[in-house]
Amino acid sequence: MALDSKIPSGPLGEKWSRYKSSVKLVNPANKKKIDIIVIGTGLAGASAAASLGELGYKVKAFCFQDSARRAHSIAAQGGINAAKNYRNDGDSVYRLFYDTIKGGDYRSREGNVHRLAEVSVNIIDQCVAQGVPFAREYSGLLDNRSFGGVQVSRTFYARGQTGQQLLLGAYSALNRQVKEKSVELFTRHEMVEVVIENGKARGVIVRDLVTGEIQRHAAHAVVLATGGYGNVFFLSTNAMGCNTTAIWKAHKKGAFFGNPCFTQIHPTCIPVHGEYQSKLTLMSESLRNDGRVWVSKSKGDKRKPQDIPEEERDYYLERKYPSFGNLVPRDIASRAAKEACDDGRGVGETGMAVYLDFADAIKKYGKDTISARYGNLFEMYEKITGEDPYTTPMMIYPAVHYTMGGLWVDYNLMTNVPGMYATGECNFSDHGANRLGASALMQGLADGYFVLPYTIGDYLSGEILTGKIKSDSPAFDEAEKNVREQIEKLMNIKGTKSVDYYHRKLGKVMWDKCGMARNAKGLTEAIEEIKRIKTEFWSDVKIPGTANELNPELEKAIRVADFIELGELMCRDALHREESCGGHFRSEFQTPDGEALRNDDKFAYVGAWEYKSENQPQELHKEELVFESVHLTQRSYK
Amino acid sequence: MRLTLKVWRQKNKSDKGGFETYQLNNVDTHASFLEMMDVLNEQLVNENKIPVAFDHDCREGICGACSMVINGRPHGPLKGTTTCQLHMRHFHDGETVTIEPFRANAFPVLKDLVVDRSSFERIQQAGGYISVGTGSAPEANNIPVNKVDAEKAFDSAACIGCGACVAACKNGSAMLFVGAKVSQYALLPQGHPERNERVLNMVAVMDEEGFGGCTNTGACEAECPKEISVANIMRLNREYISAKLSVEKE
Repeated sequence: MALDSKIPSGPLGEKWSRYKSSVKLVNPANKKKIDIIVIGTGLAGASAAASLGELGYKVKAFCFQDSARRAHSIAAQGGINAAKNYRNDGDSVYRLFYDTIKGGDYRSREGNVHRLAEVSVNIIDQCVAQGVPFAREYSGLLDNRSFGGVQVSRTFYARGQTGQQLLLGAYSALNRQVKEKSVELFTRHEMVEVVIENGKARGVIVRDLVTGEIQRHAAHAVVLATGGYGNVFFLSTNAMGCNTTAIWKAHKKGAFFGNPCFTQIHPTCIPVHGEYQSKLTLMSESLRNDGRVWVSKSKGDKRKPQDIPEEERDYYLERKYPSFGNLVPRDIASRAAKEACDDGRGVGETGMAVYLDFADAIKKYGKDTISARYGNLFEMYEKITGEDPYTTPMMIYPAVHYTMGGLWVDYNLMTNVPGMYATGECNFSDHGANRLGASALMQGLADGYFVLPYTIGDYLSGEILTGKIKSDSPAFDEAEKNVREQIEKLMNIKGTKSVDYYHRKLGKVMWDKCGMARNAKGLTEAIEEIKRIKTEFWSDVKIPGTANELNPELEKAIRVADFIELGELMCRDALHREESCGGHFRSEFQTPDGEALRNDDKFAYVGAWEYKSENQPQELHKEELVFESVHLTQRSYK
Repeated sequence: MRLTLKVWRQKNKSDKGGFETYQLNNVDTHASFLEMMDVLNEQLVNENKIPVAFDHDCREGICGACSMVINGRPHGPLKGTTTCQLHMRHFHDGETVTIEPFRANAFPVLKDLVVDRSSFERIQQAGGYISVGTGSAPEANNIPVNKVDAEKAFDSAACIGCGACVAACKNGSAMLFVGAKVSQYALLPQGHPERNERVLNMVAVMDEEGFGGCTNTGACEAECPKEISVANIMRLNREYISAKLSVEKE
């Protein structure tokens, strides 16, 4: 099947404005007759639901949390990029576009990324008007800071809680529409199936998490804004509830999954310290500005860091990458830490950590300066680990943080299933094989506020004569039956092991064999291991309680069942992509000095996978990436 | 270390509920409080018992989902810390730890430690926003905001909506929560056109939902994991009185 990205014709800088001038519209009287379902209330979902409600559509928004404000966008720390050029430092829409394409290692679409850079400026205006308390200068004007991988200052921020403040802005816009009755909000409801009728998305099946009730909701379009699937690794920086179920069900009903293996591993996280561990905590990337990363030169060195003399330490990033040193991009820093630990030189009780040492910086600038720069991060570190980073080096290790892959969408953000859209982290579109810092928030809000409200009209203009979608059709009967059967099957296994047992097991396979470095042998083994986990899970999982009550174990089981299947697809995708690019590092494909080796001749495409059936592997479709404006080059940080 | 846990168990909204006692023999001092609860639940699943339901999500202290009363204090003994960021090293071997849900008229228990905080949502829906449609915003730097005011607005906006203030208050008052939202907008020029309606509408819903009044004990500030100041309550009162007066004048 040919994948049509529907990128408008014309010069790169004019595509979006031409599109907007010619896109089909739905008149206000007709909008009232159109229902839209939005799943997820993070930046992408809340902004979309609010904006569509304002336009006059009848919107139903769903989240599994007890409040829309708790979606995981809330936890983003650093900031949001926008090409405002307030610093007069040479920034422009084109430069933001170029940095994003290059940062993504040339595996994203030019047209989508340029549009993202264009609307970035509107996002800041919108958020300021909503009362988002961005950092300001004494003049009262907005402040900026710089972020990794770029040469300009274009990041807007609200202390270390930018995601929280932007989400509360979108949440307030959503609340306004709830009051206006244009949006109906369902909290503690989780989507468990999508309904397709005559090839079009026509609704969803959701489970009320408090009562266990299975409900049908019909609409003319379904928007999935459900975030990333990093929890397939069990341990990640994602919130506990983040899951793949909505997009996985959509995938199984026909939506193609784009580049599933593209995962971002963040280098500076607090390491794992025990079997009981439930999640990993990110420490801002900014720490690498003043911290020096090192391990001992000798293997299995159990001395305290203070007892290891200077000449016996290996500042491996400074040694390997003299020009960028500790500030190499995320993927490179992560892999180097893994290599040091695999070499038996990792530190701490587990040997799966490296030091991030501020001793030299404190000596040079004084404790007060370092405290002013990183005080709250040091405090957070101490709260979690019980160690004082002013006197003893921090221990860090990479962790799964973001998934660039997701449902394949065209320029309209529509999946290949008509009427089904995917926005924000859950689509594949803008970040290629690696996302730049402060770009996730930008994409979520761009999609929800400024892209989808235009593009969805193009499809819905064809639905104005459809009339109300009925939820008593055979398609709904069938979808609800599937859900009930799945839940019944899970509840009746009555096995011996908890859901977490299987989730941990899956996570370990994924981390060991589809994590920071991958190879054909490991991936082939992983696919077999995951198949075994699936069989075991479906014959021996134990879910206490009943399905007709608040039952967190059942919620987890439904999610883990989907994670298992997704994990297998991620391994297949990683196995087929015989090159290294961005976050995808295949150890067979590297330069003689150990850097990622891209293969643009063979792999400059989006790998979009089509679900076939339970016992048949997905089929690969390719969307060739066409680069009209940028020249493809190999990255170097030596 | 070994712990004795006294945990509130309640099947559903209409169940009366009561304490159950559990023994945990091998708690790692590096584990967070919620990870300790995970270990308890794993143990309960293995013993064919029903695990304890509790709200949680980000486990980074920012989403506001976690909500337990630990040894009589919302979010436990540590100042400025959510339950998810509380670690077991702050407890001692052999200790008995009592774990209850947030308790307030306006927060009915749904199951075990999970409470219904949708009353907070309805307050926010009554006026916790600035009415600006998507696309109608002016250029961002056309609205300069005094840096000090912007910082103060941030301090108020840092509220995570967990409800610890309500659980800590003997009156079950939500005035710190409401005050924080009203203050954020009152401190910013963008919030001024709607300031009167906002505070009147939010306070009206706050009262309808069954939250109590403030009697200035300051327990809310003391227990707030984000250390939101009671100055927000003073500003709420000021905004409310001023709104009442100007509405009457009109």
